[in-house]
This record gives sequence, C-alpha cells and structure tokens, in this order.
Amino acid sequence: MAGLHKSEFENPVIRWVDSRLPIFTMLQKEYGVFPTPRNFNYFWNFGALAMINLVIMIATGIFLAMNYTAHKDMAFDSVERIMRDVNWGWLLRYVHANGASMFFIVVYIHMFRGLYYGSYKTPRELLWILGVIIMLLMMATAFMGYVLPWGQMSYWGATVITNLFSAFPLVGEHIVTWLWGGFSVDNPTLNRFFSLHFLLPFVLVGVVFLHIAALHITGSNNPLGIDVKGPQDTLPFHPYYTIKDSVGICVYFIVFALFVFFAPNYLGHADNYIPANPLVTPAHIVPEWYFLPFYAILRSVPDKLGGVLLMFASIGVLAVLPWLDTSPVRSARFRPVYRILIWVLVLCCVVLGVCGGKPAEGIWVVLSRIATAYYFLHFLVILPVLGKFERTLPLPESISRAVLPTGGGPLPGGAAAKPMEKA
Amino acid sequence: MADSAAAPQAAPHAGGAEVTKRDFLKLVTAAGAAVGVGAIVWPLVDSMNPSADVLALSSTTVDLAPVTAGQAITVMWRGKPVFVRHRTPEEIAKAKADDKGRLPDPALDAARVKPGKEQWLIVVGICTHLGCVPLGNRSTEVRGEYGGWFCPCHGSHYDTSGRIRQGPAPANLAVPPYAFEGDTKIKIG
Repeated sequence: MAGLHKSEFENPVIRWVDSRLPIFTMLQKEYGVFPTPRNFNYFWNFGALAMINLVIMIATGIFLAMNYTAHKDMAFDSVERIMRDVNWGWLLRYVHANGASMFFIVVYIHMFRGLYYGSYKTPRELLWILGVIIMLLMMATAFMGYVLPWGQMSYWGATVITNLFSAFPLVGEHIVTWLWGGFSVDNPTLNRFFSLHFLLPFVLVGVVFLHIAALHITGSNNPLGIDVKGPQDTLPFHPYYTIKDSVGICVYFIVFALFVFFAPNYLGHADNYIPANPLVTPAHIVPEWYFLPFYAILRSVPDKLGGVLLMFASIGVLAVLPWLDTSPVRSARFRPVYRILIWVLVLCCVVLGVCGGKPAEGIWVVLSRIATAYYFLHFLVILPVLGKFERTLPLPESISRAVLPTGGGPLPGGAAAKPMEKA
Repeated sequence: MADSAAAPQAAPHAGGAEVTKRDFLKLVTAAGAAVGVGAIVWPLVDSMNPSADVLALSSTTVDLAPVTAGQAITVMWRGKPVFVRHRTPEEIAKAKADDKGRLPDPALDAARVKPGKEQWLIVVGICTHLGCVPLGNRSTEVRGEYGGWFCPCHGSHYDTSGRIRQGPAPANLAVPPYAFEGDTKIKIG
C-alpha cells in the first residue's frame, strides 16, 4: 500500500478517506492541536469573526442573486420584490446589506489589533500584506454591491467613483469608458458590476486561504508581542480558542441582530430608495460609512489627480508598513509613546470619517486636511523615527512567565493545563 | 540529452553565460506564449468596451424651435445629459467680456459656439470633476456665481459659456460634436 497516508483515526470510514486524502489529519493539525499562544485577549476573535462574516455574505448573496435582475429597468423593482414578495427576502437583503457594514466593523477592529500589537512585523509581513489585499478586494466588492439596487446613491456613487480614474492623464478617459462599457454609467456597467460582485467574494476566499496558510507558518502574534518559546507558552486551538471564539461570535451575532431587526436602514441612505435617475444628481452624495475616511482624503486635496493619488496612497502606506515601523518591539504595551500615538491615529481616522460625511466646505475642509496630513505623518515620518528614539519597556522572559500565576516554572504547560482539560 | 550534446560545443567558449540554441528556443517559446496569451486576453478586455449597439446610439437630433431665449433644455446623448441653452444677449455679452477674465481652463466664448449661432450654447451636462449633473438648466435652480451652472456635489461654478470659474473641476463643460441641420435643428454626435 505504498503512497497511502498513515492515518491515526480509528473510525474506519474516516480512516479510509484520510489515508487517501488526509484532510482530517490536516484539520486536526491546523485547528485541533494547533499550538496557539495561551495569552490571547478578545481582540484575537476578529479573524474568526471576519471568516464567519464572509461565509454569511456569500450564503445570503447566492440566494439574493436567485431573485435579482441585473438590468437597469428591472434592478430596482427586483430588489423591491425581494423586500415585499419573496419569502424571507427582507431578511436575506437586510442581513446582506448590514453584513457588509459588520464585515468592515470586524475587519477594521482586526486591523487595529494588528497595528496595536505589531502583528505586521517580521516574520508576519506577507501575512499583513495579504490582509491589505483582502481589504482592497472587500472595498471593490462592497462598492459594486452597493450599485446593484440601482437607486440614486447607487447610480451616483458609481458615477463619482468610476470618474476617479478619469483623473489619470492621457488614458483616464479611455479607462472610464472601458469601465462603463459606454459613455455613462448604464446597463452594461450594471451587468459587469453584478458579474464581478459575484466573482470577487470567491477570489476573497482564495486570498483568505493564503492569509491563513501564512498565519499557520509563522503562528499567531499575541498581546505581549514576544515569540512563543516552547510548549509551555501555548494551548491547543481546540477546545481553548474554539470556545473563546464562540463567546465572541455570540456577541457579534447580538450586534448584527440589533442592526438587522431594529435599525436595518440606520447605516444606509434614504436616497437609495429613489430609483436611479441619470438626469438628477442628489444634493449630497456620500459613500457608505466605511468609505468616509478615504472619501475625506480624496476631497481634502484641491487637485483632482492629487486627491485620487493620495486616496490610493492611504492604503498603499499600509502595505509597506512592516518596513516603515523601525521598532523591533511589537506590542504597544511595551512602547510608551507608540501606545499613545496609535490612539491619536484612531482619532485621526474618526475625524476623517466625520469630515467625509459632511459637505466639503468651511471647517470640514480644514479639519480633513489636518487629519489627512497627520495620517501620512504617522506612517511616513513618526513610525520610522520613533523606532530609533523610543525607550521601550523591558520585555517579559516568556509568555508563560508573564501570564501564569505560578510565574511559569520549568515546565508549567503540562501541569497547569491538565486540570483544565479534565474540567 | 540535449544538454549533454550541447555541453561539448559550448566548452570551447569562455564562461557559462554563453548564448546557446536552447536559450533561443526558450525565448521563442516564451515570446510565442506571450503573444498567444495576449491574443486570448484582448477579446476579453475589449468586450468590456462600448458595444456596437451602444455606439449606434451615438447621435441625437434636437429641434430648437420651442426653446425661447433664456430657456434651456436637457436632451440625452450617449446616456448623458446635454444642456441646450438659448442664451440671452446679456448672457452672450457677459461670456464675451469674461474671455479676458480669470479662466482655469482658458477658452474663448466664440470657440464654444457655432459662428452666427451664438445664442445656442450646447454642452455636455456633466461636471468635469467627478461626473455629477450641475444645476442651473432650469431658471429656478441655483446657477452659481457666474450665472451659468453650479455643481452641488463639490461646489464647481460654471459661467454662461459653460467654462469652469471656481471649484475643484479641472475643465470646462465639454462641447459635444454637433452640426446645424437647418436654422432650428441640430444633430449631436
């Protein structure tokens, strides 16, 4: 029987499959006994939450697509039909629409976790970059999804965002015509956006797989930001983190349900319940809340091309962050200055978000310019310089010494973990 | 096999950076594959450009007779609004006077209308900033500080010649290709 995998499973059926295709061995290795730092806090729930959110979006999206018509004369009415006539259609659509917002809430917190605890630093640079790619794909998917109901905000959001590309000299106009498949946002645009909105989530699944594969090579970071030094520093993923993630999942579903059942349109815009009209622009075009900080950066620059470039650069700096932050210490817990500045950055992003939702005039322009300048200052100047001058606090010897009440000891892993395993 | 056959031939020459027949074959294969991939990808990419039926709708005929001086109408051309404005003598005079004013995108008023038909200003009704439809085609709407159009999205002001005067838009409202087919009839496109 050369070539068969030596399976350790007892069940004959599982064993038969596993010795030919060792998926059970793989699951056991990567999600069962996978050694995970023992000191995770609840910030480490958000990767799992994002994964669940992606599954929810794909599931509801597939069923919505069964009732949606991607044609400019029928799209709006088909969405209204989903809301009124299709069994549970209102639930599918509200879960899908609010699921997009939940996805960004979860991912933004997940990214904050990475920034706060230095998860992007060596050896996890590629893991972080894959995360930035995931965010870009999410943004593209969310934008195209928002166009599909073909309301006023859908139509004019699509017009404004696709017009961003016209800022590029020479080829700009051709790119925009190509994106539209015509001379304005029209039926060909709606059709291709539907096609891509269906495709991109599966591309996302692929990149998420790479993201997790890279994670399982380097192992997870942890709140102390120090490396795992041995088995005393880790716990098996199951049952410890499957349970901890489950707690977070319950809280996540409560928040999700509050939106879906009590405020399903709170994060949307009333204008999108008006069918698209190519001749009338709504007085106040705003993107969905999760794009507002980027929209504020776009509008803070008086030059069209400059604004577009700066907006893309705001995500670009994230991709090169592992090389901008020169501090060898990962966790903000041991970086007294960075620990304050990270909150200034959060405030800066909130200010940008608020400015993005306001008309581009008066104090809001000034505020968004200051916040935009600070955003880039943080990444391009403060982080490279700070790493050289900051006096970091002494790092603990190991995770187990820092977090176990017995202070670790020579081999506390076995002794301390066993009673918990039995209980 | 080929490697071992090539080796003695390559030996008399100096170094390992020798260009061999194998290198040539690799290059030709790679180049052939690149052309092949390009030939397959191009139809996919080009299929997203405007199709024949979209291009076929690219001209519109407009009857100007019902539009009195001071009025403006909006017609659709290639899925975009086109503003057709019957300018009053004062508006024409103002536009000509502003030829010497501060213009971010300098253009003479005379170059934006047909000779002898200066009362008819025909421009694409799409703000050159990010594509919103400016207000001002109805006399009840805000026309901005220069009496032409005002874009509510990001605050661009256009004058009575459709030129950008103030705000983030980089260029004047575009003048579409059109021709008079008689005194009161135009064909856009």
